Order: sequence, then C-alpha cells, then structure tokens
Amino acid sequence: MIASARPDQQAGLHEEALASRPPVINDFSISVATKNGSGSQTANTTLLRALFKMGIPVSGKNLFPSNIQGMPTWYTIRASKDGFVARRPHAEIVVTLNPATAIEDYQSVQPGGFFMYADDIKVQLNRSDISHYPIPVKRLATENEKEPKLRTYVANMVYVGALAQLLGIDLADIESALLFHFKGKRKPVDSNMKVVRLAHQWAADNLIKTDPFRVEKMNATDGLIMIDGNTAGALGAIYGGVTFAAWYPITPATGVADALNYFLPKLRTDPDTGLPTYAIVQAEDELAALGMVVGAGWAGARAMTSTSGPGISLMTEFTGLAYFAETPAVIWDVQRMGPSTGMPTRVSQGDVLKVYFLGHGDAKHPCYLPGNVKECFEFGWRAFDLAEHLQTPVFVLSDLDLGMNQWMSEPFEYPDQPIERGKVLTAEDVKRLGGFARYRDVDGDGIGYRTLPGTDHPLAAYFTRGTGHNERAHLSERPEDWENNMARLGRKFETARKLMPKPIAEYVEGAEIGVISYGSADPAVEEARALLARAGIKTSYLRLRALPLEQTTTDFIAAHRRCYVVELNTDAQMLQLLRLHAPEFATRLAAANHSDGLPLTAEWISAAIRSGEGAAI
Amino acid sequence: MGTASLQKANVIGLQKVDYKGNDSTLCAGCGHDSIASQIITACYEMGVKPENVIKLSGIGCSSKSPAYFMNRAWGFNTLHGRMAAVATGALTANHKLIGIGVSGDGDTGSIGLGNFKHMVRRNVRMVYIIENNGVYGLTKGQFSATADVGQELKHAGKNELPPIDLCMEALLAECGFVARSFAGDPRQVVTLLKAALSHRGTAVLDIISPCVTFNNHDDSTKSYMWGKANDDRINDFTYVPHEEEITVEYEEGEIKEVTLHDGSHILLKKLDSKHDPTDRAAAIRLLEEAREKQHFITGLLYVDNRRQSLSEHLRLGDTPLALMPLERLRPSRESLDKVLESMT
Repeated sequence: MIASARPDQQAGLHEEALASRPPVINDFSISVATKNGSGSQTANTTLLRALFKMGIPVSGKNLFPSNIQGMPTWYTIRASKDGFVARRPHAEIVVTLNPATAIEDYQSVQPGGFFMYADDIKVQLNRSDISHYPIPVKRLATENEKEPKLRTYVANMVYVGALAQLLGIDLADIESALLFHFKGKRKPVDSNMKVVRLAHQWAADNLIKTDPFRVEKMNATDGLIMIDGNTAGALGAIYGGVTFAAWYPITPATGVADALNYFLPKLRTDPDTGLPTYAIVQAEDELAALGMVVGAGWAGARAMTSTSGPGISLMTEFTGLAYFAETPAVIWDVQRMGPSTGMPTRVSQGDVLKVYFLGHGDAKHPCYLPGNVKECFEFGWRAFDLAEHLQTPVFVLSDLDLGMNQWMSEPFEYPDQPIERGKVLTAEDVKRLGGFARYRDVDGDGIGYRTLPGTDHPLAAYFTRGTGHNERAHLSERPEDWENNMARLGRKFETARKLMPKPIAEYVEGAEIGVISYGSADPAVEEARALLARAGIKTSYLRLRALPLEQTTTDFIAAHRRCYVVELNTDAQMLQLLRLHAPEFATRLAAANHSDGLPLTAEWISAAIRSGEGAAI
Repeated sequence: MGTASLQKANVIGLQKVDYKGNDSTLCAGCGHDSIASQIITACYEMGVKPENVIKLSGIGCSSKSPAYFMNRAWGFNTLHGRMAAVATGALTANHKLIGIGVSGDGDTGSIGLGNFKHMVRRNVRMVYIIENNGVYGLTKGQFSATADVGQELKHAGKNELPPIDLCMEALLAECGFVARSFAGDPRQVVTLLKAALSHRGTAVLDIISPCVTFNNHDDSTKSYMWGKANDDRINDFTYVPHEEEITVEYEEGEIKEVTLHDGSHILLKKLDSKHDPTDRAAAIRLLEEAREKQHFITGLLYVDNRRQSLSEHLRLGDTPLALMPLERLRPSRESLDKVLESMT
C-alpha cells in the first residue's frame, strides 16, 4: 500500500478484524517521531500533561539528538492505569512526521497498534496487523497558519488534535495543558488550539477507528504534580538556602541552572530591599565554575554547581582540593552517556565510580542518589546542610532521564530541618577560646571548626591550602602530620556514612533473590519485579539512595541467595562498590547492567534476572 | 621594616608588625619578597584592616607569597592558574572583603590565562598582582609565556616564541586599572598598590619580579640589572587617600588628577611619554610600541572607574551573601505550596 491511499481504500478485511477487538483503556505507549527543532516538544508535553490532567498515570521521555534542528527525534508517552512509568521497548501507537525515519517507525509499531503519519510521506504500507491513519498535516497546518515559519510549529498540533479524537482525550484537558505550557498566555494557546480543533474535527470526519486504544478519566493523579528532576533539584537548592551558583552550559544539566534563574528572582528576592539574596554566575568553563563554588563556600556562601560527565572531569582538580582543604560545595552531576560528547543527549549512570573517588591522591565523597523527582528536591536542600556540616564537596548523582523528563510525583515536602551552617566560630567564640586549630578533631567526628573570612578577631584567620598541613593549618611536610590528617578525614567519612539517607529495603517473604538498584532505574525495576512475580519469581528490593554504603545494604545482601545489581552503565560500577563494601558476599552479587543510551525497561531487567536464574526467557 | 614604623600606629591603631606574615622561604633576594613587603607597607599605611582581607594565590613561587604577609588575613593557596575563579566566588560570597591576589606568569599567562581574562571581564573587585619573572622557578627553570623573544636560559635554551603581554590581555578584557612595575622600584610598587586597593573593580599589576636563581643573568629582560638600567617610567604619581587634602604642587598642565571609586585621588605627573592613562587606545598603542622596541615601560597604563564591579552587576546589597540571615534563605511554606500548585 502507498501512504497516499485514502483510509477507506485501506479498510480491508483485516481492519474489520482489528476493529472488533475489545477496547484497551489507559494502557499504551505512544512514540512520536519528528525532526528536532521543529517545535514538537510543545505538542508532546501537551499530550503528556493532558493525560495527566485526566487523572491517568503517565510518563514522557524525550529521545533526542545532540543537534539544534533537523535530526530525528522521538518522544515516547506511556499511559498506564497500573501506574508503571518506565520506558517500554515498543509503542503501540506510532506517529511520524519525519520522512527520514518513517520506514523504521512503521516497522516498530507493536502488532495490534496503529501508525499515524503525515500523508505526504511515502512509505510502503505492508502490515495487516496494525491500523493506518494518514493525516493531511501540511494542508491542515497551512489552512490555519499563513506565516510559513510558524507552519512547522503548528503542524505538530495536527497530530495532537487527531490523537485526541482517536483516543478520546478531552479538548478541555488539551487546552489546560497548553495553558500550563505557555504559562497562561492566551494568544499562543488560542492559535495552537485552533489547529487542534481543526485536526480533531478532520479526524472525526475522515478516520475510521479500527484500533482498540482509548483513554478514560481516572483519579490516579489527584494531588500529584508533574515536574522534571532538574527543576525539582533547583527548587530543593532554593529552599536549602543556596546563595551562590556557578555553572557552565552542558546537556543535560543546563535545566538546573535554568530553573535557578527562573525561580530564584521569584522566591529569593529580599522583600525589604528588593535585592537578590543569591548570585548566579555563568562561568567560562567547569574548572572556573567549581573554583568559584569552592571560593564562595570557603567565604561562607551556600554554593553549588551543576554539570555532567565531561564537566565532572574538569572539576576533578578542584574537587580534590576542596576535599583536602575542607571547603563545602554542592555538585550536581546530571549524568549522560559516554566520554567527551559520547551520546550527550542520552542517559547513563556512568559516573558513579569516578565521582565517588574524584580527585587526585586519596579522596572519596558523599553522593546522593535521587531515585525520583521528590528526592531531587529533598536531596537538593539536604546537600547544603551536609556540605556545611562536613565541610566537604557533596555530590548529587542525577541523570538525563530523571533530570530532563517530566515525572509525576507526590508534592514535595517542605524541609523538616532548620538550615544548618556547620561548625563556624564567631569572633566571640575565637575570643573565648583564645584562638583555634582549624583542622583539630575536637569532637571526635573528624570535623574541625572553621571561621569565615572577615570574622573580627586577630586570631580568627587561618590559611587554606592544598599543601600538607597540620592541625593549625600551617604548612607541613612531616609524615605524621600527613597521616594524622588523612586519618581524621577517614573519621569524617565515617561520620558522613551515618548521615546519608539509608537505602529503602523491601523484603518479600520467601524471596531468595534481591534486586539492588538506584536512581532513575527505579520505575523499571519496580515493574520488572511485578513481571517476575507474575512468573512466580519473588524478589526483594533495595534501592540505594546514597554513598558511602552502610550496614542496611550488607544485611540485605546477606539475607538473599543472590542479588542482581541493576544499573545503567557498562562496567557495572555500583556492583564493584558493593563488592568492595561487602567482600564476604562478593559472589552473591550479580551484574544486571545495561547501557545503550536509553532508559531501562522492565522487560530487559526481568529477562536479565530470569536468564541469571536459568529460567526460560 | 624600620624600627620607627614598628612603633607607630596607623589610622586604625595597628602597628606595622600587625601586618607581617611568616618568614619567607623563597630564595634570598627574590623579587617576590620585595613585593610582599610593599603589600605590608601599603595596607599598613592605608589602614586596611587585616581581618577584612583575603589573600589568594595559585601555585608556584609567586603563590607562596600570601603566607609572607598579613597573617591576620585569610589566605587561600588554590590551584595552579585558578586563583581568579576562587577569588570570584569568595568576593561574591562576601563583597565587603578586600581581595589581594598574588599570581605568577606561569599561573596567569599560561595555565590560568582564560580564567584570568574572564575575571577581568567580570570586573571582580580585587588587586591582582602578577609577580612576573619569565620563568618557572619551582620546576627549575623552564620558559614561561611572558619570556621575551631571544631570551636564554641555562637548561631551556633560547626562547623563540613571542611573549604574552598580560597588561595587554587585561586591557583587551576591559580592565579598568592596568599597571606595570618593577620589584626593584618599591616606591612605585607601593603607590600602585594603594591606588589599586582603591579601585572599583579588578586592578591588574604586572610586576617584573626577578628570579635570582634561574633568570637574573645580565642579558635577561626580567633581571634586576636590566630592570634598573632600562626601567622607563611613563608617569610619576602620588596617591592621596580620600580623607587627605591634595597638597602636592605641580605646574599647570603637567599633572593629571584621577579620582578613584572610594574618593581617593591619584595625581599623575606625565613624564616623557606624554601618556594619558585614561585613554585606553593610547595605552594599547603604548604597549605595542614598547613591545616593538623591547622597551620596559612602567607606571599606570590605564585607569577607568566607570565599569560596574561584579558585585554591583549582581546587585548585592549591604549584607554579604555569606552572612545572610537564615530566615532570608528559605522561602516560606506557602511559597512552596504555590510553586507546587503550578505544577499540577
């Protein structure tokens, strides 16, 4: 069949058979193929949020190229009445506006699904197991929009309108999603809605629905919010009292700085003076970004930066210095795939080992591992308290999937702890004590007392350096001073171990198999466990939420015959840390790592575990 | 330090001894030590409160200097070439602090050139001193990027590459205070330091500071001998603190008065070069001519108070970010509810 064929010419016997199937309600995936830079993001996030507003659990994932305009990009939306939000390997509903990928897109439609396509795309339509819906995208867009430049943009709204008609998405929900997207601005909402309505009407008049997919309103998203992890993290930082942020543009971390720039003026302008209670500096590179953060933290700001793998590499030297000089810093690593440019717009959890030991010589760092946007917010504010408490760099390891995609979430909880500034001596303290030794372990927790520059006492100052130093911060190359200092840093790390959020362990009675995972892998793990349970394989689950590891994890491993470590990298990095942490159980730990640039799927995880257990896949 | 100055208290009641640092571990006669003692003199004479000072450096011989002045100030010996970034952060966290940065030609001219220029471009308020000796001393005598063409070193041989002129780099990044001096001319160094401390933004002082161990032979353009014989001062000037009256008398037309940001003045007496230090293009031309003729010119090359400093650009108020009261740092519970409501 040729794509220019009219739908009534296509409707043969097989389509009648397709049409007679029972409806599938609120349980499908949509994949939309477009060219990047064509404005399809608005259309896709509108569909996503409209479903969310209908009360249907949804997730959206943008699989995009590192390019400004013209390369293939896909957006997947999953609606799941059961609340599963992981990526699925295939979509039942495939929409394509991109001739370059049309053949591939067509072949990817799940049997029983449907293919919606711009009717000017020439593609051999030879499948009888799916429905076909050609849409006159160009004509509908042209009719409505006289401005040629805007035509491409509104063209995307054509598939929104057609899908809304086929699936039964309420146009009022589309409109309120558009209002969200355009921040309440009526004019763009109206012009987009015009196209949506036109396409909706066209679909009603011209398409014969032969697929079983429908949406129905639910109440599963009542009280929930939908937000990306980068924005959530930035909000966390704002409520954590960030006063200084320095950053350098890098995908996928830029959203953190964007959200700081957007929300800080609204939330952190001093009501009395009208002046900001923060400063943001776009640095010239990541070296300078962390250098500024270290300087600011040393001088008493609550300072942060956000970056991704290549930026982390450039921050290595400053991280080593900050660890040894003991200055607080909060560093977000929104992980992406590979070295240098690798696959810069694709997800990975590939920085775990590097970040944990980042520096030169001996160094190790507390790392938060947020598994959802709510934890991005929570760890976003906690990281500052921890960094100042420990006087050390603290990392938050997010990733592209968590950071850049939209996630449903319970609303974030307001911080339940007052802001902590750590052990800082005032001029009065210094006077009372008659001086102080910056690096002395007074309290046995490995954490010294510091003063902030400007503290008004002749004995308040101290000298900060990466060079060897003694307790009084004096330069020293004496072996015993070096060893004493490193031993104290070791004690400080033990203090950190106690302060980090514990893993969440879910023991299932009778389960011999444990799954250990972290970060954005969580939704796929949860769904995989459901698949495995259906196949009679019980699994317990430990979701790590921080490094360093601690006893909860050891106990979990000890309680299971085998633990699969599910993660999104090639070298099974967390598995290696777990084996270091619990060497006595090293052989019980098995790798279930995967890294192809895409978010994990439940299907892959369950297959990996079944294969590990010797079961038929 | 003379005995008399040790006893005399300055305007804030401190003696010169209150500005001292540790004993230097640099080579005897190192130009850097001379500069450190001029920093002490300048801060003492100006009545700078040491507790309000942060002294920062990168890595190298020059960067050891902050340990040799003002023990009552906070020091930060950062990374090679990265002092500019650390200073930017620290002086944004607390813009009431007085920043003195000491760097070297390797630190600023090579590894940290990018960060240096961006700090100048942002106009972070601080004095940025380059102790420039044309050689890597700590690593035993490699050429630095400021070494002149044709210079020879014992192990490194002959330098064939053109030098990077850090005053020129600063000017091109729109620095508002650019001066070149010579460690062997303490009077000029101390006067420049005082004016630099009064400047609104980044003040760059490129001070030729001979390395007595690796680059002080008679043919070296970074040696004491050469400096003393060739130092061509473009202007002679006096620094007048804002609280003092201008009493120096000059013939009309011979003097140019520049008011600095804190109300202090510099009175510039033009010498042979007729250089107008408020003319940026003239300063660039002057440096270019000096480069062509291999002339060693010293003095205030350029001064301009008009550009906002970074802290002004960031609209920082009276309370430094570092000392912001906690209740200003966490927005209300209601504000979070409102934000979350907008995400539904």
